Amino acid sequence: MNDAVNLDQKPSSKIVEIDSHAINFGPQHPSAHGVLRLILELDGEVVERADPHIGLLHRGTEKLMEYRTYTQSVPYFDRLDYTSPMTQEHAYCLAVEKLLGIQAPERGQWIRVMYHEITRVLNHLLNLTTYALDVGAITPSLWGFEEREKLMEFYDAASGARLHANYFRPGGVAKDLPVGLTERIAAWTETFPKFCDDLEELLTANRIWKQRTVDIGIISPEDALAWGFSGPPLRASGVPWDLRRTQPYDKYAEVEFQIPVGRNGDCYDRYLVRLNEMRESVKIIRQCLAKMKPGPVKVQDRKFTPPTRGEMKRSMEALIHHFKLYTEGYHVPAGATYTTVESPKGEFGVYLVADGTNRPYRCKIRSTGFAFLQATDLLCKRHMLADVSAIVGSLDVVFGEIDR
Amino acid sequence: MAEETAPAAEAPPPPPTRLELLGQAVATIQGVTGWTIQLDELIAQVDRNALPSVAQTLRDDPRFAFEAMMDLCGVDWPERETRFEVVYNLLSVSRNQRIRLLVPVGVNDTVPSVRTIWPSATWWEREAWDLFGIVFTGQPDLRRILTDYGFEGHPMRKDFPLTGYVECRYDEERKAVVYEPVRLTQDWRQFDFLSPWEGMTTLPGDEKVFVERAEEKRPPVTGSPEVKGG
Repeated sequence: MNDAVNLDQKPSSKIVEIDSHAINFGPQHPSAHGVLRLILELDGEVVERADPHIGLLHRGTEKLMEYRTYTQSVPYFDRLDYTSPMTQEHAYCLAVEKLLGIQAPERGQWIRVMYHEITRVLNHLLNLTTYALDVGAITPSLWGFEEREKLMEFYDAASGARLHANYFRPGGVAKDLPVGLTERIAAWTETFPKFCDDLEELLTANRIWKQRTVDIGIISPEDALAWGFSGPPLRASGVPWDLRRTQPYDKYAEVEFQIPVGRNGDCYDRYLVRLNEMRESVKIIRQCLAKMKPGPVKVQDRKFTPPTRGEMKRSMEALIHHFKLYTEGYHVPAGATYTTVESPKGEFGVYLVADGTNRPYRCKIRSTGFAFLQATDLLCKRHMLADVSAIVGSLDVVFGEIDR
Repeated sequence: MAEETAPAAEAPPPPPTRLELLGQAVATIQGVTGWTIQLDELIAQVDRNALPSVAQTLRDDPRFAFEAMMDLCGVDWPERETRFEVVYNLLSVSRNQRIRLLVPVGVNDTVPSVRTIWPSATWWEREAWDLFGIVFTGQPDLRRILTDYGFEGHPMRKDFPLTGYVECRYDEERKAVVYEPVRLTQDWRQFDFLSPWEGMTTLPGDEKVFVERAEEKRPPVTGSPEVKGG
């Protein structure tokens, strides 16, 4: 492990190559997955050094949150990794709940776990299909986006928005599921495994797909840990680490699922891990539907969650609570927490420092892709230029969360 | 009788939890100045000069085995004597435990880099430099990372305005992107909804409320732990 990590061993006088030429990969490149500017130093067609430049999508989310109340900060999390919005809301809500010392009621937790898994499928569908597109397969994206559309309809039904849901709240979820939605989701869980089979038929044994991904971008388990990897890329390297299992939150301790683990840590294993995770997600969604019971979906303490519209028409106190929550917001006791969830991409963490007022003092967002992208140089070294897009695709980077 | 004079037997203290045992073990490392458990999370304060050796021990000692550094960030506390705080969130995959290291840093101080221990530190150290202006020694790649090329200032500092100082646009005549001082078309409005009933804590002449609230709530802990003795 030491050899892999030690960077200081090079002698101070190094030979600088001036023969190699540098090219700009992105920021406007279809397989840069957003706005990645990758400066590649090439020796012929072989990558000698990759230097990612990020920050082109930096919006100052963390700074903005310091000027918003805790409730107003929730939508910012949708806009970080815009392919898996609700999982990030989940991390933030868990962090605020921890500081407040409250816990979402049973049904609220089940709904959150269910949407967490729907989001995982949503994210993996986008990643796998566009990843296939990057290396030349068009059909998966045409098929996958149809399935994504169905899932976004579930988002829409619950929250009113297809992408930026703003559905989770510290203390539960915004509102209960509409009538009939659970039946629709249950029907979808019956048809979706068939889609996974179809997708696998297109890719898993596909000769071109395997030529492009097998043994490309290998990372050892030691390196993966040292570079701060988590989620599917870490599991593809053979480390069975999943926060849903090891540090469960909400109702994850009560559901049964398998953790797919790879063996070689190459691009192909990362694809297989994600594909099998989608099948496991469907199992979790089924269990959520089975175990969900009627009940409140958010904390009934009116100091944290707003009253219903009907209550406000009758009760003066409810009206006051509503007014206070949407102007001043609630106060969070001073303290700090680092709360993590297993987002589709890996460990998504929120380091939240509260100073006792109604606004976060500091909120550091631990984005998953930040660590992955940092290792691009390690992964791309001595690979062909064409492999760069396969490696970047297999890491599942989204710049909304990396640049923040 | 002897029993009468003996004080009422107190319940024996509960056995230390796994986290407390870990905290006690961490406290024995040279350079750890204090530790505490807050919200089920272990927090250790580390002297910045001893950071590399502490980090090395935390990674290599099988009792700790923190193989991965999951996050590094700065926090700005302008009122404190040492203005900044660098926060390291470590994770041990093999032992399933986490620890948070807090390293206080003054405005003119530097922090030793931990990139040789966890190579993932490089970008986060670049980020802390970019956003807070914290300098890491032994880090050869201390370029800005998130802000624009040629950016000036450290935007996450509390004295940096939310709007920034410059705005850029494409100038059609000069055929180039130009930077100009920020002009706000309406006043910057920061609504302060803190009410005197429960929000503001230091309303003049209202100190009594503040004292009462401080007593009834849990101790006012900020990002830093109280020192329990190293």
